[in-house]
Amino acid sequence: MSNVRLTYTKLNFAILLGGSLLLGACGGNNKTEEGTNGTVSENLTGSIQIDGSSTVYPITEAVAEEFRAEAPDVKVTVGVSGSGGGFKKFSRGEIDLANASRSIKPEEADAAKENNISFVELSVAFDGLTVVVHPENNWVKEITVAELKKIWEPAAQGKIKKWNQIRPEWPDKEIHLYGAGVESGTYDYFTEAIVGKSHSSRGDYTASEDDNVLVQGVSTDPLALGFFGYAYYEENQSKLKAVPVDDQNDANGKGAILPSMETVKDGSYAPLSRPLFIYVNSKATARPEVVEFVNFYLDNAATLSQEVGYIPMPEEQYKEQKAKFQQFASGSAKK
Amino acid sequence: MTNAEKNRLKDKAFQVFGVFCTFIGLVILAIFLIDILIEGLARIDWDFITSLPSRRASRAGILTAWAGTLWILVLTSVIAFPLGIAAGVYLEEYSKKTRLANFLEVNIANLAGVPSIIYGLLGMEMFGRVMGLGGSILAGALTLSLLVLPIIIVTTREAIKAVPRSIRDASYALGASKWQTTWNQVLPASFGGILTGVILALSRAVGEAAPLIVIGALAYVPFVPTSPTDEFTVLPIQIFNWTSRPQADFLVNAAAAIIILLLITFILNGIAVYLRNKWQKRVKW
Repeated sequence: MSNVRLTYTKLNFAILLGGSLLLGACGGNNKTEEGTNGTVSENLTGSIQIDGSSTVYPITEAVAEEFRAEAPDVKVTVGVSGSGGGFKKFSRGEIDLANASRSIKPEEADAAKENNISFVELSVAFDGLTVVVHPENNWVKEITVAELKKIWEPAAQGKIKKWNQIRPEWPDKEIHLYGAGVESGTYDYFTEAIVGKSHSSRGDYTASEDDNVLVQGVSTDPLALGFFGYAYYEENQSKLKAVPVDDQNDANGKGAILPSMETVKDGSYAPLSRPLFIYVNSKATARPEVVEFVNFYLDNAATLSQEVGYIPMPEEQYKEQKAKFQQFASGSAKK
Repeated sequence: MTNAEKNRLKDKAFQVFGVFCTFIGLVILAIFLIDILIEGLARIDWDFITSLPSRRASRAGILTAWAGTLWILVLTSVIAFPLGIAAGVYLEEYSKKTRLANFLEVNIANLAGVPSIIYGLLGMEMFGRVMGLGGSILAGALTLSLLVLPIIIVTTREAIKAVPRSIRDASYALGASKWQTTWNQVLPASFGGILTGVILALSRAVGEAAPLIVIGALAYVPFVPTSPTDEFTVLPIQIFNWTSRPQADFLVNAAAAIIILLLITFILNGIAVYLRNKWQKRVKW
C-alpha cells in the first residue's frame, strides 16, 4: 500500500520538475494579437519597476501585458503594496512608477524631494465609488452627500444607528455599514469627498480592504449600506442596488445621479468619481523604455481601463496628460 | 446499573464524542476541498500552468507564480535545513543547562508563535534594505527561513530526544567522541523525525503570502526567474490577487491555483511520510 502511494508521489514530483525545465523554454511566445495604439520600437531592453495601489493594478497589469507584445525584451513588474506602500518606495527611488488611487500627500512628496526625486502625476482613468444597498431595500431611492456625511462622520459613531435618523420617512430599523478599510486609498478618497477631511470617519462599521468581502456583506444583509469601486458593483448588479447620489450642486447635473460610464466620465457623478493615477520618477524618464511605456500607457489606457472595469477619461484629457508628461520628460532630461 | 456497566457506558460515550471531534475537522476540510475542486478543477489545463498572468481571466496562467514558489521552496530548504538542524543538535547535545540555554530555549519557543508578517517586516529591513537584496527571491527565502527555523529547531530536538540514552552510552563506551556519537549514532537514528519536521515546516512556508508581500514580492511578473536575485511572485500572492478582483472568472482562476498549491503541499507531505517510514525501518535497536 505504502509502496503504491510512494511511486505515485514520485511520479507527480517528476512531472513537476520536468515541467519546470520545459517551461523555461516556451515561456516567451505569449504574444497577444489584439491591436493596440502607438508604435514602439522592437529593440528596447531594460526593466521597469512599478508598485502601489491594488485598485490601479488591473489597469497597469493590462498595459504591461500589451506592452510586452510591443517590446518583448523590457521586463515590466508590478507590485501591490497599496498607494501608501507604493509612495514609500517611490520616494526612496526604489521604483520607477507608482500606482495610486489618491494624490501624493505632502509628507510623501517631501520625502521624495529629500532624495532628489521629482515626479509627475498622470491621471489614467476614473473609478466611480458606488453607494450600494441590498436589493430588497425599497426605501432608499436616493441619498444626498449631506446625508452620507451624517452617516459616516466621526461624530456619528455610536449615535446614528437607525435608518430613520437619516431621513424620518425611512424605517425605524438598524443600519449596517460596510466600507473600505482605513489603509486603502479608497477610504481616504471617500472620507475626503464625503466627510470633508481625509482619513476621518466613524470606526464602527464593517471594514475590509477586499471589496469582494464588502459585496458579500451588502448582498446578504437587507439593512446594509456600503460603498466600493464601480467595477465591483457592475459585476454583481443582480445582488446589489446602487443608490443615486445628490451633491445638491446643479452645476454638474441636477438631482441624484447614478454612477455609470457616462455620468462618471462627464463628471456629473460628483463627488464620488475619482481619478486614478500613475506617478513617474524624473530619473526614470532618462531611460527610453520608461518613456515609451508611459506613452504607451496613455495611448491605451482608454481601452484597457474599460476592459478591466474602470471608466476611461475623455480623449482630450489623455492628450493633456501626454503633453504634461512630454514636458516633464524633456524638462528632467535637461537637468 | 452496576458500576461496571456505568463505566462501560462512559467509555462508549467518550468513544462517540471522540469520533465526532475527529469528523468535525475532516468534514470541514472535505467541504472546503469539494468546493474548491468543483469550482477550479475544470479550469486547470496545460495552458493554465504554462501561461503568464493576464488581465483576461480565461488567458491568465500561473507559470511565474509556481516557478517562484519552487524557487522559494528550494532556497528556503537549502538555507533553513543546515541552520535548524545544527541549532537543534547544539541545544540538545552540547549546551549545558545554564541560564543562557534556558533563555535561548524560551525565545525559540516564542519565535514559533510570532505572526508571519512580523518576519516580513524584519526581512524587508534586514535583507531587503540593509543587505540590499530588495524584493529578490533570496530575500524572500531568507525571510521564510527565519519563519520556519523555530519549527525545525523544535522538531530536531524532539527527534534527538527520542534516541535512547543507551545508544549514546554504548558509543561513548567504545571510546567515541561526542561528535562521533552525534554524527554516527544520534543523527542517523533521528533523521526520519528531523526530515519530517523540515518538510512540514516547508509546507507552511509554501503557503505564506503576507511576509513575502511585505518584503516586496510582486503580483505581475511576466518572466520565469532565472537567478536568486531576480524578482518573483508566488502562488499564494497570485491567489490573493485574484480573489480580490471584481470579475467572477478570476475567482475560478484562484480556485484552480489553490488546487495546484494544495497539490504541492500534498506532495511535500507525501515525501515526509515516505521518508519517515524509510528511516524508521532502517533504525533497529
